[in-house]
Amino acid sequence: MQFLTYLVRGISLGSVYALIALGYTMVYGIARMLNFAHGDVIMVGGYVVFFAFCKSGINPLLSILIAMAACTLLGMTIEKVAYKPLRGTPSLAVLITAIGVSYFLQNGAMLLWKSDPKSFSSIVGISGLNLFDGRLQISAETIVTIITCIVIMIVLMWFVKKTKPGHAMQAVSEDRGAAQLMGINVNGIISLTFAIGSALAAIAGALLLSSYPTLMPTTGAMPGIKAFTAAVFGGIGSIPGAFLGGILLGVIENLSKAYISTQLSDAIVFLVLIIILLVKPTGLLGKKATVKV
Amino acid sequence: MAKNKKMKKTTRSNLLMFGFVIIFWAVIQLISLTGHMTSKLNGLLIPVCAYMIMAISLNLVVGFLGELSLGHAAFMSAGAFVGIFFYTTVGAALPKAAAVLISFIMGGAAAGLFGLIVGVPVLRLSGDYLAIVTLASGEILKNVLSALYVGKDSAGIHVSLKDQFSLGLAPDGKMLVKGAMGIPGIQKFSNFTVGIVLILITLAYIVNLKNSRAGRAITAIRDDEIAARATGLNLTHYKLTAFVSAAVFAGFAGVLYALNYSSLVADKFDYNLSINVLVMVVLGGMGNIFGGMIAAILLTILPEMLRGFSQYRMFIYSIVLIVMMLFNQAPVLVAWRQRLVARIRGSKNAPEETVETADSSYFEEIREKNSDDSAKEGK
Repeated sequence: MQFLTYLVRGISLGSVYALIALGYTMVYGIARMLNFAHGDVIMVGGYVVFFAFCKSGINPLLSILIAMAACTLLGMTIEKVAYKPLRGTPSLAVLITAIGVSYFLQNGAMLLWKSDPKSFSSIVGISGLNLFDGRLQISAETIVTIITCIVIMIVLMWFVKKTKPGHAMQAVSEDRGAAQLMGINVNGIISLTFAIGSALAAIAGALLLSSYPTLMPTTGAMPGIKAFTAAVFGGIGSIPGAFLGGILLGVIENLSKAYISTQLSDAIVFLVLIIILLVKPTGLLGKKATVKV
Repeated sequence: MAKNKKMKKTTRSNLLMFGFVIIFWAVIQLISLTGHMTSKLNGLLIPVCAYMIMAISLNLVVGFLGELSLGHAAFMSAGAFVGIFFYTTVGAALPKAAAVLISFIMGGAAAGLFGLIVGVPVLRLSGDYLAIVTLASGEILKNVLSALYVGKDSAGIHVSLKDQFSLGLAPDGKMLVKGAMGIPGIQKFSNFTVGIVLILITLAYIVNLKNSRAGRAITAIRDDEIAARATGLNLTHYKLTAFVSAAVFAGFAGVLYALNYSSLVADKFDYNLSINVLVMVVLGGMGNIFGGMIAAILLTILPEMLRGFSQYRMFIYSIVLIVMMLFNQAPVLVAWRQRLVARIRGSKNAPEETVETADSSYFEEIREKNSDDSAKEGK
């Protein structure tokens, strides 16, 4: 029963990673860049929900919507100001700029909202489940997180596979130049991708903080790196891959925390990642790209 | 510059680099001799040297080999821990100079070994996957070192990855490594001249490697891996050469850095440090050793200079970083800047070009030119 508890908690944490990883993976798939500032967008989303819900007492759903709008705006602005001028330059240049943006958001948040930790109250108002005479307790946050993640994942898959903008996204990720020739607004599609990724980050932020309620300007950094790892784990650029990678990462992290060592859990997560990549260099569900000469 | 005209361009630029380091040393000596040395500046000297070595060595991986490494701090950490562990245990009984020297050798060797362990499997990957694995190996090392407890008593040395009490240390025992607290009680040894000598050694090695057969092979791999393989180059061998050499020098930098403080903790060598060094390399121009050195100096001193603004410090730094990247890389801005330079040139009849960090190299330059690109851009 203990094991099940840890497993469910792991899946819940993994769902948050998966939501963040979806943002990473979509941006990577379409704009071919690692958006290192993504983790900090989560933090900004967290603060918006904090001020809307915990401070002003706005309806939780409405506060998440506000946070999504704010993060979408933020993500698109970042893309426009910092990344768009660098399009076509080597990926390292964009990477460093993304790191700069990440520092900017963290330190901006520190100036605006101070560095002292704020305690976040859960956005989920219902009580949890008690199964097997209370031996297996599942908190409401866990259930909401997992369900949200699955729903978002399905909607996203439907969006990319069945709708017109989704098809355009696939085309841009396949071949940007050819997509442009087909009359697709490539810049618009990239903006849209950033908007979706950032909106998901806002949801992820609210869910993450409901389970782990300490909010600081650096809150987003570590989940950001973990989610990036999850995206690579599942095969970067692949949406189901990000989902699978996120869940697996969360489960491995929680189980090793419970059974091996709390201090070494991160080391174990990263070790598993290295081993997976060595066996399958493109990640679990990544496409194998053949290099043409 | 007239007397240098006959020299090869590469020789000249290499001499310029060595000259710059020596001038840097002389200027600092002059400052301290004339009594203008502030304690703030003094405290920065060793970190500046360590970061310069880090930037030069990372340039070998990022600039010449063309692989993105996000875990350079891990090698620094490996070197620092092994070197300092020796220094505080065995080294305490030796004369100081010998202890320091052997610590450096041990640190470099340990970092090189760690580089080999990471490098052999990792270099099979490429691009973003390689980046994430180097990041991951750095985090692993940081976590393991933070959980490492070592103690010594009459029964010998005890090691634990859990906590202090599971060491089972006898009452007379002494803690040597205290987990997240790291190695305490280091007898500080900070000597600027040693730092400069280390920089010169690093430079000499890298410059020689760059202009050797191995160096040309490494840049050939960067420019076109498939073509390099087709010409019969042993890719693994040359990639490892670059990776492990860079790790060894990072290990030296780690020992140098750690000797400057009275305690050593693993958390210092985190992902942010790796990123900082990477920023130095990219800002200085990838593959441009000189630019990397200048960037290392500026980026170590700049945050300290901004300390007066304390809370705005990192905020300003981040803005400077973004703006510099945009100005250096964005095609529109680069074109605008070149037009501007051309206009100034035209009106003032080519004023003497001073070396500017941000200006000295472009990515395109590396793509087009071979390994003999000069430190100073010959416009």
